[in-house]
Amino acid sequence: MDLHTCDVLVVGGGGAGLRAAIAVAETHPTLRVAVISKVYPMRSHTVSAEGGAAAVIKAADSLDEHAYDTISGGDWLCDQDAVEAFVREAPEEMLRLEHWGCPWSREPDGHVAVRPFGGMKIERTWFAADKTGFHLLHTLFQTTLKYDVIERYDEFFVTKLLVDDGRCQGVVVVELATGQVRAITAKAVILCTGGCGKIFPFTTNANIKNGDGMALAYRAGAPLKDMEFVQYHPTGLPFTGILITEAARAEGGWLLNKDGYRYLQDYDLGTPTPKPVLRSMELGPRDRLSQCFVKEQEKGRTLEGPYGHYVHLDIRHLGAKVIDRKIPFVRELCLKYVGIDPVKEMIPVRPVVHYMMGGIHTDIHGATPVAGLYAAGEAACVSINGANRLGSNSLTEILVFGARAGNAAAAFAAEQRGASPSLVAQAHDEQGRLEARFLRKTGGKERIAVLRAEMHQIMEESAGIYRTETVLKEGAGKLKRLQERFQDLSLDDHSYTFNTELTSALELSYMLDGAQAIVQSALERRESRGSHQRTDYPQRDDERFLAHSLAYRAEDGSPRIEYGPVTVTRWPPGKRVYGR
Amino acid sequence: MPSTVALTVARYRPERDSEPSFETYEVPYRKDWVVLDALNHVKDNLDGSLSFRWSCRMGVCGSCGMKVNGTPKLTCATFLSDYLPGPIRVEPLDYFPVIRDLVVDITDFVRKLKQVKPWIIRKEEKTTGAGEYLQTPDQLDTYKQFSMCINCMLCYSACPIYGLEPSFIGPAAIALAQRYNMDSRDEGAGERLKILSEHDGIWQCTFVGECTKVCPKHVDPAGAIQQYKLTAATHWVKSLLLPWGTR
Repeated sequence: MDLHTCDVLVVGGGGAGLRAAIAVAETHPTLRVAVISKVYPMRSHTVSAEGGAAAVIKAADSLDEHAYDTISGGDWLCDQDAVEAFVREAPEEMLRLEHWGCPWSREPDGHVAVRPFGGMKIERTWFAADKTGFHLLHTLFQTTLKYDVIERYDEFFVTKLLVDDGRCQGVVVVELATGQVRAITAKAVILCTGGCGKIFPFTTNANIKNGDGMALAYRAGAPLKDMEFVQYHPTGLPFTGILITEAARAEGGWLLNKDGYRYLQDYDLGTPTPKPVLRSMELGPRDRLSQCFVKEQEKGRTLEGPYGHYVHLDIRHLGAKVIDRKIPFVRELCLKYVGIDPVKEMIPVRPVVHYMMGGIHTDIHGATPVAGLYAAGEAACVSINGANRLGSNSLTEILVFGARAGNAAAAFAAEQRGASPSLVAQAHDEQGRLEARFLRKTGGKERIAVLRAEMHQIMEESAGIYRTETVLKEGAGKLKRLQERFQDLSLDDHSYTFNTELTSALELSYMLDGAQAIVQSALERRESRGSHQRTDYPQRDDERFLAHSLAYRAEDGSPRIEYGPVTVTRWPPGKRVYGR
Repeated sequence: MPSTVALTVARYRPERDSEPSFETYEVPYRKDWVVLDALNHVKDNLDGSLSFRWSCRMGVCGSCGMKVNGTPKLTCATFLSDYLPGPIRVEPLDYFPVIRDLVVDITDFVRKLKQVKPWIIRKEEKTTGAGEYLQTPDQLDTYKQFSMCINCMLCYSACPIYGLEPSFIGPAAIALAQRYNMDSRDEGAGERLKILSEHDGIWQCTFVGECTKVCPKHVDPAGAIQQYKLTAATHWVKSLLLPWGTR
């Protein structure tokens, strides 16, 4: 078997992974750093982020305000030491991106402009029109090209982490173009593989968002933290799930029910005003707005179309000039995918799965409980997002914690010796598994698309915006049976050349692990907090559940839930108040 | 409205095929389906061995470029309804080696992208403590268009020069070089000019303009190449007239 080595191995070429790689190259230029990605880095899902990235830069703002908005937005499940580090380091990270060439939108005098966003008391969202993630990713990718020390493995798919002697020492990969299986050993591994929105049927997430890194870490013994917290973004386009950015509301858009009524005023989110007011109405937090949609649907006040219920997002009053200047992508997407011009017509929207607050359990430096294994970005849970992430914190998070994980992994790697000799045998076993289970297997009965569709249905029914003990228990049982049926999978494709059916099968198995962790964590959290709403336990219960859930993979493959403490520094748990 | 439409797809499996062939699949017709949805229908239900790349399905990741009825397109932004009654022919992008089915090898572009140094080059870098580089909205507008490239490769597939002369650095890479040249924060235009005015740089472009026509993001690479030629030519004339230094 082909054996490669490096010092720090980054899995995932999105914003967090590229930022981590640059951090290694800058702080430890003698270390060899490699970025492995199953897609070319510029295809990573960071590219789809639209609205912006939060960091304090204006005189009227303060780090404490950013911290408070984040912590109250997260319904007090955030670790406050992590949030304090995050808000403190955010401005410098954003300036660094500016120095690397990110085309941030500007004030007339040339300073970086900021816009308001949901759940935010003072405007602090840096933006590059409404293609912020796209510009951020391409800026980072192009900047990595200047570091010769950063090596890339583009279109390599990771199937397993190599762990020996309690330490993560590399990965097993399939090179997509050739089907060749290789081991790549490293002194430290950083997982930056993003979230797992594709576990759900209706999502803004790209096809590649399958929770690969979460499942890899979970299988290697690291727990998944707070997986029950799934963010529904309130404004997705029906059918495609394409995101209409929160910036549309921040610039002044309204959410209207079938009677043309700004229904959020009925849900303790403030009173309607013609101009947007921060932390009020349409600029409330995402979890609350998505929950309001369900309530409104129950009252029979939503509209119904071929793809289910929806409401209207109205930005007509902003006018073509503001729309083209500030949110041109919204217009482009509506014209292309819905055939409507939002300058003249209202946009149909409904809540859509958008982001995982949960992820691989890490400390404030991005370290997981497995030595040598780090994680950052949506794949990780530090946690700064708690029970509900604030819009425009995730792009900043990938920079701050990507850099932190890169620095910590590099420092760790610098102190390690070479790889254990047993790794080669492990990698051979993995190659054997891939051959036996997929490429050489004959006679299975199950199809990927069928199992995936059933998983989608289970997740929508049991782990949606509102949940109960009964549906979650049912969901857990059904997922277990799906895992069994997965063993009987059959592939049409037995080729070694760019076999995307093989990668789809591996992705499905990652998603099934993630789905089980989500459902079990949701089942055992018998309270309502942020995005996790239990109709049978409608109150927040700080006495029992001001705690992070930690899902460990048990011997039989099922999740076992434990709890860990939440760090509170200066903001004792309080009531979330919006609109007043 | 038809209930189905025929999708004729190029297949090439190097382990068994000596050359590409076509296979036709009957897929459901839905008015809001894009070509990519139809390909996914094939993969999920009819033939799991069909290989193609895709990811965001919103026209921004640049993965799913293919030829649809002969024209380079992002298949996630190309509706079946525009090709009725069919059949719709789907092929890999031209001028790149085909790895398998609809998947092409773009390592040539990735190598060329690095050659043009698409990053901010400065004689002296400011520390982050000194704040941001000021850049007015007008200054931003001078390069913004060229920064919108999603590296989807449609322009290479449409470029007859790249087809004839694979060493040509190509539309997207030149547009990205120009994106940095025009950025008020950058001082690297001189370094990039050396690379681009060499043999396989900009001179080969005969301003066919096909790249700009197929660009899904209105980047106008042809315009970038023209701008660049003018700069390079001026630079060359100046170097003749003022041989002791032009910068």
